[in-house]
Amino acid sequence: MTTTSETVNGAAAPESGPVTGSATPAAAEPRTLTYSEAVREAMAQAMAADERVFLFGEDVGTYGGAFGVSGDLVHRFGTERVRDTPISELGIVGAAVGAGLAGMRPIVEIQFSDFTAQAMDQIANQAAKIHFMLGGAATVPMVLRAPGGSGTGAAAQHSQSLEAWFAHVPGLKVVMPSTAADAKGLLLSAIDDPNPVIVLEHKLLYKQSGPVPEEPVRVPLGETAVRRTGGDVTIVATGVMVSRALEAAERLAADGVSASVLDPRTLRPLDDQTIVDSVAATGRALLVQEAPKTGGFMSEIAARIVESPAFGRLQAPVSRLCGLDVPIPYAPQLEQAAVPQVDDIVAKAGELVRRW
Amino acid sequence: MTLTTEAGRAKHALTTMWTIRRFEEAVDDMFARGLMHGTMHLSIGQEAVPTGACMALSEGDYITSTHRGHGHCIAKGAKLDAMMAELLAKETGYCRGRGGSMHIADVATGNLGANGIVAGGVPIAAGAGLAVRMRGGSQVVVSFFGDGAVNEGAWHEGVNLAAIWDLPVVFVCENNRYGMSMSVDRAFNVDTLAERARGYGIPGVTVDGNDPQAVHDVVAEAVQRARSGGGPSFVEALTYRWKGHSKSDKNLYRTREEIESWRERDPIAAFEAVVTGGGAAGSASSEVPTLSESDVEECRTLARDRVREAIRTATAAPDADAATLTDAVYAPAGESIAGGTRG
Ligand SMILES: Cc1ncc(C[n+]2csc(CCOP(=O)(O)OP(=O)(O)O)c2C)c(N)n1
Ligand SMILES: [Mg+2]
Repeated sequence: MTTTSETVNGAAAPESGPVTGSATPAAAEPRTLTYSEAVREAMAQAMAADERVFLFGEDVGTYGGAFGVSGDLVHRFGTERVRDTPISELGIVGAAVGAGLAGMRPIVEIQFSDFTAQAMDQIANQAAKIHFMLGGAATVPMVLRAPGGSGTGAAAQHSQSLEAWFAHVPGLKVVMPSTAADAKGLLLSAIDDPNPVIVLEHKLLYKQSGPVPEEPVRVPLGETAVRRTGGDVTIVATGVMVSRALEAAERLAADGVSASVLDPRTLRPLDDQTIVDSVAATGRALLVQEAPKTGGFMSEIAARIVESPAFGRLQAPVSRLCGLDVPIPYAPQLEQAAVPQVDDIVAKAGELVRRW
Repeated sequence: MTLTTEAGRAKHALTTMWTIRRFEEAVDDMFARGLMHGTMHLSIGQEAVPTGACMALSEGDYITSTHRGHGHCIAKGAKLDAMMAELLAKETGYCRGRGGSMHIADVATGNLGANGIVAGGVPIAAGAGLAVRMRGGSQVVVSFFGDGAVNEGAWHEGVNLAAIWDLPVVFVCENNRYGMSMSVDRAFNVDTLAERARGYGIPGVTVDGNDPQAVHDVVAEAVQRARSGGGPSFVEALTYRWKGHSKSDKNLYRTREEIESWRERDPIAAFEAVVTGGGAAGSASSEVPTLSESDVEECRTLARDRVREAIRTATAAPDADAATLTDAVYAPAGESIAGGTRG
């Protein structure tokens, strides 16, 4: 567990780039942006194109957002459309539900995804259910963006990976971009979507750069990206684990193990067909998430695999590599030990291939 | 109780304020030098509030604290070495390196914990007050929080519960004019936050939060009321944080002049002036200064030495051990901790 998050991310630029679903930049020298710049550009383009789109949340104005994501947007769009709020997460999300119902296209930033707990009634009981409860008579088009994940020493109340909470609620869409291009393209699709969409960004990815098309190119919700193709094992990973899985795959390749790396990108809707097809081809599945193992989203993917015809092709038990069932600790050495690192992925994938 | 005219209390107040300041300056420095990780919320400039408030408490009384909690912790009597060890991610830290700055608690001294969640401690304080009432105890709970917390739903629900059940809780708001970048002028439509108390039918007062005596006096009155069954109160202490909200703060939302004007109202310098007879209040009320210059120097030195010693002890301690990482996720059967304290 020697690999720090910086080196993981720094070394992670996938050589092949997104294979499916993502727009391929046309120019020979694709422009690069950081993940957070890509999010900002998506919001700016959406706001410029549609007056109904606006952003609000704690410190998104002059401060530029706790992680600097909204940056200078307040200077470009004014304080009406880039609106600072008091520290009132339930109220903020409720106001987004109301504004969405009444014809706007709100984007809410929740400063840390952990604080969605404050707003959970409006997310799970209101936003998610209104369209259904009203028999389809109304829609709640809103986007909730929030950074998740560990690796910053912010400890248990500021480091969680809560995607399974949201994915469990019918009516919500759940997005986890792992590259700068997807951060932009998936957010644009989320803003277009007539449903409430939870976009879980990752703090460690904000400063990572990658090619991002300048045009507002949408990445559709519900398309698993095949980040790398290999024949021995399928590694499915989300969030910051995607770049770790890609780095692990490089090292495995040097050891003669060839791995596919798949990034679902959206948990709801979930493109499980691409995953099942890959597992049917490789016969082995390693499912990697940062969140604690018990009740995590990779359990759902495991179930989809074993319920599918890929079951008959399995050469090894479907295997999960997850965060420990522990709140995220503060001490750096403990924090690293709490979530999968590149070495862990290499070891586990290698074991799956060699032992079975 | 006067802090300004009784030498022992004056020294205690001054040493406490200096200890908080020196502790946080040391932390700031270690952070800048890369010796500390995570993030850090410093309360430099606000030392008078926890100092004045905690001097109104007795042994056994409780507090709940915040993300900006070093001052509360120190004023309530925490061990500096265990605090420092926690920040340095050591096994000997208050939370064995699991919690860090935002989660330090010292249940033995009645500190039920800092909190990473704005307003998270407010309903918890109401619950502690409820426990005191149900056990027939006489303790009081002081709940510290910032101005920003007053706009959280949890704040309103917690204060209302304490109010309707007459719980022995004193809600102490450190109004430092900002919740991160959001100024109280933009976040509130009332003139003083103390006005909010009226909505819950409890007394609310606004006080100079840079004057430990003033803070002490209103908190002492509220504590007395709470202890004698008179229910909760709300104290709004006006103060200012000199440093940025946290490490990511570029101070874009406030002016240099504003920060400078508050630095001129340094609570520690003002208190020193009063107790040595140089200040307006001191010269008016006492011919003989409460403390001499050398007394003041002694307090400063004591604070500095305590902090240095804490750094030395903490630095030498073993790092938090990843081998036992999952140990404390659940308490073992039979280890229920009666009365909130671990024996
Ligand atoms: C529920 C919740 N929302 C947002 C935050 C992020 N945050 C941490 S401190 C803070 C400002 C708090 O302001 P205030 O209550 O006035 O306390 P101060 O920082 O001024 O001491 C914010 C927005 C948080 N920790 N918890
Ligand atoms: Mg404040």
